[in-house]
Amino acid sequence: MLKGVRRLISRVPKLDPGCFLHVATQAPQSTAAHLDSPVPVESPRAVSRTSEGDPARHGEQHESLHYSIPLEDVKTLFPHGLPPRFAKQVKTFGEACLMVRKPALELLHYLKNTNFAHPAVRYLLYGEKGTGKTLSLCHIIHFCAKHDWLILHIPDAHLWVKNCRDLLQSTYNKERLDQPLEASNWLKIFKTTNERFLSQIKVQEKYVWNKRESTEKGSPLGAVVEQGITRVRNATDAVGVVLKELKMQSSLGKFHLLVAVDGVNALWGRTTLRREDKSPVAPEELALIHNLRKMMRNDWHGGAIVLTLSQTGSLFKSRKAYLPHELLGKEGFDALDPFLPILVSNYNPVEFESCIQYYLENNWLQHEKAPTEEGKEELQFLSNSNPEQLERLCAFL
Amino acid sequence: MAAPCVSGGRVLSCRFLLWGSVGRRQGLLKAAAADLQTGSRSQILRLIHTTVVTTKKNVPASRREMYTEDFIKKQIEEFNIGKRHLANMMGEDPETFTQEDIDRAIAYLFPSGLFEKQARPIMKHPEQIFPKQRAIQWGEDGRPFHFLFYTGKQSYYSLMHEVYGKVLQAEKHQDQLRARGLLPENTEIKDLIGSRWLIKEELEDMLVEKLSDHDYMHFIQLLEKLLTLQYGPTEEEFIQKFRRSVTVQSKKQQIEPVQYDEKGMAFSASEGRRKTAKAEAIVYEHGGGEIKVNGVDYLLYFPVLQDREQLMFPFHFLDRLGKHDVTCTVSGGGRSAQAGAVRLAVAKALCSFVSEEEVEWMRQAGLLTADPRVRERKKPGQEGARRKFTWKKR
Repeated sequence: MLKGVRRLISRVPKLDPGCFLHVATQAPQSTAAHLDSPVPVESPRAVSRTSEGDPARHGEQHESLHYSIPLEDVKTLFPHGLPPRFAKQVKTFGEACLMVRKPALELLHYLKNTNFAHPAVRYLLYGEKGTGKTLSLCHIIHFCAKHDWLILHIPDAHLWVKNCRDLLQSTYNKERLDQPLEASNWLKIFKTTNERFLSQIKVQEKYVWNKRESTEKGSPLGAVVEQGITRVRNATDAVGVVLKELKMQSSLGKFHLLVAVDGVNALWGRTTLRREDKSPVAPEELALIHNLRKMMRNDWHGGAIVLTLSQTGSLFKSRKAYLPHELLGKEGFDALDPFLPILVSNYNPVEFESCIQYYLENNWLQHEKAPTEEGKEELQFLSNSNPEQLERLCAFL
Repeated sequence: MAAPCVSGGRVLSCRFLLWGSVGRRQGLLKAAAADLQTGSRSQILRLIHTTVVTTKKNVPASRREMYTEDFIKKQIEEFNIGKRHLANMMGEDPETFTQEDIDRAIAYLFPSGLFEKQARPIMKHPEQIFPKQRAIQWGEDGRPFHFLFYTGKQSYYSLMHEVYGKVLQAEKHQDQLRARGLLPENTEIKDLIGSRWLIKEELEDMLVEKLSDHDYMHFIQLLEKLLTLQYGPTEEEFIQKFRRSVTVQSKKQQIEPVQYDEKGMAFSASEGRRKTAKAEAIVYEHGGGEIKVNGVDYLLYFPVLQDREQLMFPFHFLDRLGKHDVTCTVSGGGRSAQAGAVRLAVAKALCSFVSEEEVEWMRQAGLLTADPRVRERKKPGQEGARRKFTWKKR
């Protein structure tokens, strides 16, 4: 029964890509009507899984269970959004399964009850290294995508402040610096994620790129994005334009905007970039960062801002730092204040058990002692229930 | 008459060498000149300084000096008098001055910074200092006292003869009993447990004679044969002379007492060391498996899996993985040394919550032994402790 429904969902996009999401929202409703309880208990195989594919329906009864995201959604929503190890796991197992956890549930609850007339609320996911902040963010993004929000997802803000080959002087403002490659990459991601919005949203002003090219008022946003992708020199400015437009227009109420940034502490940290004369570059001098910071200000309404701190890619921060004021610094903390902090911690025993069951079901753990109680205790001790450490341990078992 | 010839011979050889070599120092020539002036009169030559190598072959190692009995007796008297003087110096009673007191007094009066313990000043009874020697084994007429003198190892062969005599006696006795039908059941002697035979060095000390491995093996086999037969109390006494007791090692393990803190929680504290790292661990009896190192969670402090496995070892061995809480402080050393130090401290602390048998198992597993390996010193003339400089043929 469930497999039939899943096949139906996967077949639908071939029929009618336009109303794919529309149909998909209807299908789970039908499954809910058929099933009494969303948690299948009868088969011992599904101890760690749930068939509930819609994040909107995830509740406390789904806690610590895995739900799978269809692979097409993964390709559209997360072209670069998943952490590299998780992306490899998706490729190996052939399915993308996320665990439903308490921080994500809390955030979903807040998002479901947002008042779009109020200024956008900032939610900050913080926690120790490897506890699951990025994957919780992915969960939220999936939810918002299912509910037709426009998703502004920056996979990793740290990529914009380090290892940039070419820095050009900005065409818009002489003091700032452009990053054409990063900007054009991001525009491509944006295009894949929000295809259908690009034709719907119209630009409010006229933008002149150079002597020959300009975008007229009222043309679709897709044109701006195309301009940025084709003319790499103007990519950074295109990004700035997109951000400005989206901010203005979401306040008008045409669509809901979700701003999801991973590694937001990059915006207020230090950079490793230098100009040609070897003088260091401050983050404010980068146009991308400047525009993004403007986005973080909650002077617009009609959406929400979900942020994640990350120590992994951060520069000049100690490995043990995980609190907001440590990673953001005074400047960042003041800029983001007030925000709603959500702590993401290590697995509790139930979640740990569920994770091990998931690996066992996928035949990932080949060691003969892995399914035994002593084996599980050992794994729990060695990883201290940290999701990342557990994943690394299980990788060679 | 022999002595003058020898010195003359030495002089001549020096001269030959000097004439033969070119470019020697002037001192040598002076020596040569001096000795030419003295002429052929045999005199003891005083060489000012010389690097001449004697052409004579290496002088053979001198034979051990034979100490006479009078000499030893005199040494013993001097030792006793010296002991009394020492006691007076230290202000203690000369009558009850033991060897340990003497050692302490000497260490106090002559403090030495030498690393080799045997090179430090000692004052012990002459019997311990002078090696045991045998008195002259033959009388004035040259005839040896012992009948087995000409075997070369008289004490060893006489001992073997004695033991074999006892074996024959015991066999005869056993045959008589068997003939009468009064053969009692064999009972194992309980005294054998916890004792061992003499080792070869100890037997050599006892007999004051050099033995070979074959001799020693033969002797032990004969004693084992005697054990299998029936024998009486005199033989048992004789056998006990050749047995030494073996102390059970685990009884030396100290078990820390369990302490109780303000909240009434039972805990145990202990230390551990590895290379230069020192760790102090406090293990609580009831807990959820949290481990804090220097206030930081152990996952953050030891990011490497190997270190966490070392921490896991004591708990995993005793099957108590999630049952104790640990708080510890560690300093010094590197990451591996710190992990080893914490492991030792945790294992020692766990001893107090665990039965004695499990303590013995831990000791046998090596959890309670401090690793004695320390960084070896670099020697001059070598690049490292063992690595030599690159050898160049030319």
